[in-house]
Amino acid sequence: MNLAANYDVAIVGAGAAGLAAAIECAHAGLATVIFDEQPSPGGQIYRSITTTPLQDQSVLGPDYWHGESLLRQLESADVIYVPRSTVWAVTRQDGGFEIGVSNDGAARLLMVQQVILAAGALERPFPIPGWTLPGVMTAGAAQILLKSSGLVPDGRVVLAGTGPLLYLVAAQLARVGAKIECLLDTTPPGRWRAAVPHVFEFLASPYFAKGLSILRDAHSAARIVKHVERVEALGTQSLERVRYVAGGRTAEITADLLLLHQGVVPNINLSNAIGCEHRWNEAQLAFVPVVDAWGASSVAGVAIAGDGAGIAGARAAEARGRLAGLNAACRLGRLDTAARDRLAAPARAELARFSRGRAFVDAMYRPADQFRMPEGSTIVCRCEEVTAQQVIDTIKLGCTGPNQMKSFLRCGMGPCQGRFCGLTVTELIARARNVAPGEVGHYRLRFPIKPITLGELAALPQTDASVQAVVRIGKSH
Amino acid sequence: MGLVATADVIVVGGGLHGCSTALHLARAGASALVIEKNYVGRHASGVNAGGVRTLSRHEAEVPLALAALDLWYGIGKLVDDDCGFEAHGQIRVAENEEDAASLQQRESRMRALGYTHERWIDANELFARVPALARHCLGGLIAERDGAAAPYQTTQAFRRKSESLGQKFFEGLRVERVQRSGDAWTVDTDRGRFTAKTLVNCAGAWADRLCAQLGEPVPLETFAPMMMVTLRMPKFLEPVVLGTGRPLSFKQTLEDTVLIGGGRRARVERDAETTELDFRELAASAQTVRDLFPIMRAAMIHRGWAGIEARMPDDIPVIGPSATAPSVYHAFGFSGHGFELGPIVGRITADLITTGTTALPITPFSITRFAGTAAQT
Repeated sequence: MNLAANYDVAIVGAGAAGLAAAIECAHAGLATVIFDEQPSPGGQIYRSITTTPLQDQSVLGPDYWHGESLLRQLESADVIYVPRSTVWAVTRQDGGFEIGVSNDGAARLLMVQQVILAAGALERPFPIPGWTLPGVMTAGAAQILLKSSGLVPDGRVVLAGTGPLLYLVAAQLARVGAKIECLLDTTPPGRWRAAVPHVFEFLASPYFAKGLSILRDAHSAARIVKHVERVEALGTQSLERVRYVAGGRTAEITADLLLLHQGVVPNINLSNAIGCEHRWNEAQLAFVPVVDAWGASSVAGVAIAGDGAGIAGARAAEARGRLAGLNAACRLGRLDTAARDRLAAPARAELARFSRGRAFVDAMYRPADQFRMPEGSTIVCRCEEVTAQQVIDTIKLGCTGPNQMKSFLRCGMGPCQGRFCGLTVTELIARARNVAPGEVGHYRLRFPIKPITLGELAALPQTDASVQAVVRIGKSH
Repeated sequence: MGLVATADVIVVGGGLHGCSTALHLARAGASALVIEKNYVGRHASGVNAGGVRTLSRHEAEVPLALAALDLWYGIGKLVDDDCGFEAHGQIRVAENEEDAASLQQRESRMRALGYTHERWIDANELFARVPALARHCLGGLIAERDGAAAPYQTTQAFRRKSESLGQKFFEGLRVERVQRSGDAWTVDTDRGRFTAKTLVNCAGAWADRLCAQLGEPVPLETFAPMMMVTLRMPKFLEPVVLGTGRPLSFKQTLEDTVLIGGGRRARVERDAETTELDFRELAASAQTVRDLFPIMRAAMIHRGWAGIEARMPDDIPVIGPSATAPSVYHAFGFSGHGFELGPIVGRITADLITTGTTALPITPFSITRFAGTAAQT
């Protein structure tokens, strides 16, 4: 099956938001293409839902298996789904957008009228001493290995950080037999006070019961150390020990694997490179694209749905995807505004329901300053091995923003284009200059947002017949 | 109450030329303040290909380019920073007989004018100097003393050296109006008022707006040459390689990444100060690179960008005094090849301001050549 040269709408990301958007676009009769980097749909939350070897539904839990309902709806929709494809550019052209995408080693360009970005979230950087040692990874990465391959870490596992996902991963890993030494909770004491104003909303939210059950499972799975103030990964070639400070006391644990996590932040790589307006969100400590109630960004024709437009979780993402899809259909004349608004009512209700409690989670699990803004020789930019001290010293040379930092230090210039260090660098500069992170701004990201080979680029533009491995889901033509 | 400041000279534009002008003014004992609407080195000066090239310059630019090259060889002394300058030569390669003929003709022309810095080399010498080059190439024109530098580092070095000598830089200010009051110039910005006896226009892609206020509109066109860079590769190239029949500039940087440019253009929105890459054009650049350097086929292209520059209809800059306003000097419109000239043009402008003359021939760059032509809006 080949790609056409034109579509009404392109959706980037086949997670909860992207799938829901695709379903709505296709129902409205839009020629819809959805690109996703993974081999199967579901995004991070429903990763490998069609293929996971963990068929015992109690391991990954009912929230995970909710994704099946989305997949069933996608199967009955007329959508071109392109797995293993990377969208590396979206540029404005002729009133629409040109999409640069690579799939199985071949790049091509195609034109679309509307773009819906559903790129989801990234784990927040967790720059502690030793975080680049082999044997240290994010809790999210461990969860990916579990979901997609059923891989259970052997050896002694230590988890460190804050937030619901950390506890969820601990519980999931324990269920499949991982040996969890302990969970170092870095949530500072007194966070409850900050979260109290949001507590009634939280108690009424779907997160509450779920949170309780996750906490219960995690407590039975691992020893939990509260109020951890400092974490260091120690080892020569790879991780050997984890040193931590809690309640003023220093301790060390032997460990083979350290899983770090302190929440997730919007993946803004595409929206930033396209030029959508972003603002600093102080509650979520991240840059968030500015969008309206339909997910429409400051760039006409580009919508952003799901966690990429601000962290709100999978069920909210699904609702935001539906809203963005309906609005795309409206913008392209397939629905009038009355029909759009009517069809949007259930999604609006879902969104309201699943947005409750978020403020509590943000306040409760706000990562502590010392885990976001490292000091001394701790690596900030992994690609170019730039340390926190180098960043601080460079600010003193008059380098007042992240883009100047790139030019000075190559910080953020490596293969990840700043995905691992962008927030850290912004916050370090903001603190040193005593201004708000929003004033400092974020790296300007550049296309291609993921590296492509020169050979691929040289082969553009291609004929329509040259892209393979495209799967048409649903009705065959 | 906004900012208020006075100096001998106000320089509008904190690109390399503005910073260089401020530095040379300081060396001549004149105080300057530089007004920059973004931050120093934000556009063309910070993100260009960094070519330090005398090779195949416009004939009018050759004396300036050669004088600038001498300054580049002493750049560390001038600005206390090596600016990432490395001189491994620049070579324009001939891919076919037509290319070869035009390059050999160029060499003869330069010789006739008395210049010896450009030399034809045959295929043997070419492949000895650039072993990775595809074997269909027939030879090339080399300027052995040429090289490349790090553009942002260079611009910052000129700025820092200027500051260390007492010059002032104001970033994030937009010039709204310039006017003559008595025998001085008043520059109103969105954040304050500045006055000086002399005004220098180094406003790059926005310089025509100042010209219009001064009553001498110029036909300036903005353009944005696209560049792309790869992830690091094992060292395989020393000189900068240029195309002849096809636009290309190609070099391996100090960090071992490979920088690909050559003048293919992005779409520009001048007011928004944004550019939009044209991937079909970048694909054409990639094809040229693939043909000339087979080793590059698997190179990972990592970022593309384009800096906004000013271009004049005859592809050479405007340098020298205003024709309509007293005590105003221009240095803009470098048409995509102003980086190498930065160190010398600042000195020329400073000389004009402090001594009323310059030793270098700048008549061809006079703004008067556009008198009566319609300006682009």
